[in-house]
Amino acid sequence: MEISYYPGCSLKTSAINFERTALSTLEELGIYALELPRWNCCGVMFSQSADNLMLQLAPARVIMEARETGRKRLLTLCSMCYNTLKRSLLFFKRNGEKLKKINAFLKLEERDFSAEGVEVIHLLTLLSELDTSNFKMKIKKIKSNLKVASYYGCLLTRPREIALDGVENPQIMEKLLEIAGFQTVNYPFKTDCCASFQVVNRRNVVKKQIRKIVTSAVRNGAEIFALSCPLCEYNLDSVQQELAQEDETFTPIPVLYISQLLSLALGQDPKLNDFSLHRIDPRPLFKEKGLL
Amino acid sequence: MAINLSREIVHSLEREKIKEIGNTNFYLCYQCGNCSAGCPCAEEMDILPHRAVRLAQLGQFSRLIESKAIWVCAACITCSVRCPRGVDIAGFMEACRQIVLRTRKVDHLSPVELDAQLLKELPQIALINNFRKFTG
Repeated sequence: MEISYYPGCSLKTSAINFERTALSTLEELGIYALELPRWNCCGVMFSQSADNLMLQLAPARVIMEARETGRKRLLTLCSMCYNTLKRSLLFFKRNGEKLKKINAFLKLEERDFSAEGVEVIHLLTLLSELDTSNFKMKIKKIKSNLKVASYYGCLLTRPREIALDGVENPQIMEKLLEIAGFQTVNYPFKTDCCASFQVVNRRNVVKKQIRKIVTSAVRNGAEIFALSCPLCEYNLDSVQQELAQEDETFTPIPVLYISQLLSLALGQDPKLNDFSLHRIDPRPLFKEKGLL
Repeated sequence: MAINLSREIVHSLEREKIKEIGNTNFYLCYQCGNCSAGCPCAEEMDILPHRAVRLAQLGQFSRLIESKAIWVCAACITCSVRCPRGVDIAGFMEACRQIVLRTRKVDHLSPVELDAQLLKELPQIALINNFRKFTG
């Protein structure tokens, strides 16, 4: 099966290990993700200023590019891209007048923009649609007792209209991890915000959140985090390192994109992971658990 | 603090602006406080989210736009999802930020003031997201 794929900025830089492992996992399961021939930044966050249509232009261009491929579905890996593109698509579906305005603006480019005929889908949804028994058969590293805490953050489940699973207690990541043979842990803060972009100028807010999230996950037995947002990854990874330096009693745990864990379980080349990108090195733990 | 509830203040232009930019009717709020209870950044705020909405209902925009709260909000949308009255509080907060950025024409954050090492380290999505919220 072929599917259009929109990478976004992080998947080519700080989250290159996410892209590599996600695409190779999909390939192993018979899905070929074809990168859009031309793409631009999605705008990172869906614009909350309802009166400023200019901010919808970036996601509109991406959607237009996806429509022109003729394939119905557009795959995203990054949670932020998923949220922005999906909300923007919905925005244009509900606002015919705004769609007209954008089309008038794009007239010079001689392209026709419409919100129909294309659907934005996240990696997690795509994986969960697959035949479970086929997936299970391909798992090579059998039964790892690694305990994983899924971290959803904000953008996969909020607002409700674009949520890929339940808003307050999503299970989609846990189900995938269990299929791949991992143990999952329950903890109350899996959809709590990590304080996101506040890391730029209010790092203390992020620190407070990360301490709360990590402490709770660890108390419930977590040995590692699985997520799909490159900003959550940076916040969890770098802030945990900082907290551990300041406070000896704080236990940091490695932070991985969910596809990294799936790729390892499928027995793929660990080099796809580029572990040097992690501040908290997961390799000792993987060796201990027989995953490396 | 004394609150001026004159007709002009309560019916000021900003209330329509907030409704328009935030695309939400904040008059629906009945002060249950669910938004403040679930807000991950509430601890850092000078005015809690439900109180900010109350101030807007009473036309007290000068206090609102001087507040730290609107800049501490991380736009995680937990408040909007949990509001029993369907108020998009995250949209409301964005509208308050936008009014400040558009009318005062002073950015909340200047990229040149940021530490060079931090700039190198931060992922693009953190920076772009931040500048989109805090600069006009």
